[in-house]
Amino acid sequence: METLNLLADGFAVALTPTNLMLALLGCFLGTLIGSLPGLGPVNGVAILIPVAFSLELDPTSALILLSCIYYGCMYGGRISSILLNIPGDEPAIMTTLDGYPMAKAGKASEALAISAVASFIGATFATIGLTLFAPMLASVAIHFGPSDYFALYVMAFATIGGITGANPFKTLIAAFLGLMIASVGLDPGTGVARFTFDSFHLYDGFDPIVAIVGLFAISEVLMYLEKMDQLPDKMVPLGRAIPKMKDILSGGWAYMRGSVIGFVSGVLPGAGASLGAFLSYIGEQRWSDKDGSFGKGNPKGVAAPEAGNNSASGGALIPMLTLGVPGSGTTAVMLALLISLNIQPGPLLFERQPDIVWGLIAALYIANVVLLLLNIPLISLFTRMLSMPQWILMPFVVMVSFMGIYSISHSTFDLLVMVGFGVLGYILRKIGVSLVPIILGLLLGADMENNLRRSLSISDGNFAILFQSPIALTLYAITAIMLCLSFYLAFRKRRGAESAP
Amino acid sequence: MTVISRTLGAAVVFASLGAFQAQAAECIAPADPGGGWDFTCRTVGKLLHDLDLVDEPVQVTNMPGGVGATAYANVMSKRADDDSLLVATSTVGVTQIAQDKYPAGTDVMRWIAMLGTDVGVLVVPADSEMEDLDDLVEALKEDPGSVPTAGSSGAGGWDHIRLLMLADAAGISAEDYKQIRWVQFDGGSPAVTQMLGGQVDLVSTDLGEIAGFVESGDIRILAALSDDPIPAFPDAPTAIEQGYEVTGYNWRGFYTGGEVSDEVYESWVERLSDLYESDEWKEAARSSGLVPVWRGGEEFEAYVNEQAEQMNQISREIGVIE
Repeated sequence: METLNLLADGFAVALTPTNLMLALLGCFLGTLIGSLPGLGPVNGVAILIPVAFSLELDPTSALILLSCIYYGCMYGGRISSILLNIPGDEPAIMTTLDGYPMAKAGKASEALAISAVASFIGATFATIGLTLFAPMLASVAIHFGPSDYFALYVMAFATIGGITGANPFKTLIAAFLGLMIASVGLDPGTGVARFTFDSFHLYDGFDPIVAIVGLFAISEVLMYLEKMDQLPDKMVPLGRAIPKMKDILSGGWAYMRGSVIGFVSGVLPGAGASLGAFLSYIGEQRWSDKDGSFGKGNPKGVAAPEAGNNSASGGALIPMLTLGVPGSGTTAVMLALLISLNIQPGPLLFERQPDIVWGLIAALYIANVVLLLLNIPLISLFTRMLSMPQWILMPFVVMVSFMGIYSISHSTFDLLVMVGFGVLGYILRKIGVSLVPIILGLLLGADMENNLRRSLSISDGNFAILFQSPIALTLYAITAIMLCLSFYLAFRKRRGAESAP
Repeated sequence: MTVISRTLGAAVVFASLGAFQAQAAECIAPADPGGGWDFTCRTVGKLLHDLDLVDEPVQVTNMPGGVGATAYANVMSKRADDDSLLVATSTVGVTQIAQDKYPAGTDVMRWIAMLGTDVGVLVVPADSEMEDLDDLVEALKEDPGSVPTAGSSGAGGWDHIRLLMLADAAGISAEDYKQIRWVQFDGGSPAVTQMLGGQVDLVSTDLGEIAGFVESGDIRILAALSDDPIPAFPDAPTAIEQGYEVTGYNWRGFYTGGEVSDEVYESWVERLSDLYESDEWKEAARSSGLVPVWRGGEEFEAYVNEQAEQMNQISREIGVIE
């Protein structure tokens, strides 16, 4: 009951006309920034922090503006995933798997609507979780040690082979390629430079977002250049401008399942939104892929990862606020923002500055509603993008990619890296290797390695530590069951195929 | 005609660029948004403008890479004479320089000033059996590998070195203290939460980020690595009080390009000195867990050089560099 009172106070703070206007502005800007390749929530929030300061907003208003931008970016990331097969940010990668095939089949508006609803459900679910259980969940998350995180990543990698309908062998090769790319840079444990060839540009390794934009956006442009003279522009069927309710509902329970899985990985500071989206997709695929339509435009393949990544970003606010531990790049920026507003996140935040915390939480509820209302009418506008001729769209993609990447690090070296990844992506597409597992390998590989290293530092090199914690053992058991299940299903499918006439 | 208009156009562009550079100061944070250097730039940048020490709002540029090496190389090669430039740095940056991980030594830059410092602390969970440093030292002497320790830097980073300096001061030999288990986490708070989860027994890191856990009573300060007791926690014992001559500050300050004129350099020192004297800075520093400490101009340059020298020596002793 006390929580509800506090939340009501929060709404009283958030619902003033100025704050509502800021929420609207933040949501709009966020969606826009999130939808541009290379510009994700990290840049979005970082770029707009000075704006918040120069407007001389009070702390609560500034926080409302920026958290709306954060949520807006998470919503926006999926738009270019679905329409162009170019993820707007890291967690939106999984959305390309089924979102883009849907768009190609003339169901762009349905995919956008499903992802908007999924984002809404996921983020709202997480915000409710944040409202009710934040301090409790944080104290549970503390007991997740490095060896448990390692087990979680093992689970992710064990299932990576099955994510694309195509050749699992090629998928695994792609994942290993990602792992190899992840090993470049300063070893965080010892500070030893690995594969940097004495160039300090490579000390920090390859930024996943640079790899994503190169592999997806630049290679897309290269593919287009290759085919430019061969065929006339083939128009993608636009489909309906306004999706039917029935199509939106086809996500079904996938919305909820994605939300729950995403939320759990969001609360764990070592996991985060990308892993949340990935596990949601994998979970949903195991749960409901009866006919192998995942990866070919199954609406549930859009609903689950979108609910998952938005739920994870909401969940990630829990360790950020209650422990001061950011689970992702964006929450790290939010943390810096809070500190520069003289708000110290940590175990005492909820007691000391309840008005700010609850104002923020109320703002998140409002942001969700605003984003849903804002996004549904915009769907017809976004789908229009598909009718834009390729010779206009592609140069635009190149321009935005270069600008986005340059704005992250102000380094021309990153632009070269991006082009390099573009060429790599082009070659891999030509030989039929899926690009998504590369990014997953890159994103998850570094964290997996760090946690393995930490476990072994704790145990002084004794590998037994990996199998001592009950959490890790449970995760390994789940992994084993999932693997057995997929072998069994493959076996049954083959037998079914043989016995069929 | 076209030649004239083009020349004119170019002249206008150049003139406006020149004007822009003369007016708007820029602060490079050599890290991603969200870290300590980013915070230094944003806070000081905002205060410089609020206090009318610069005319235009200070533009903050994030230039992550190589723990500051990318920004160092960039300023060294491209902006050595840029009058409008500040670059945030700290003890962590100097550690990197001392371990030859930057493209050049401290001599290629002009070191302007430090404005405050974070204090290194050794912390344990509230219910830890270790009551003071003597308990820790005793345990380490018996078996250096018996206490898993953690912090926000990798092995050989400042958090790690500070702990080893203490071991050194306690008379533990280099052979032995090399065997102390060290676990790297991505920040002080993650290290502390993992300690609360029972993964490690001791954390060595800056106080600022984890002060909340001390206030809430979750963790205890075993030793503060400062000359005097920390103002926010006057009861926390310093290492010196317990008989171990070790301090481990992490100061925050700025450098600029090595080829700026003495005049420009002096004016930066002066402006930062004015900022340091203001109540606003004291307040901002306090709220983020920093202790305001001033060293500016030549005094600061000498300090940085000396610190780099000292760290180079420690790093060699512990075998981080050859």
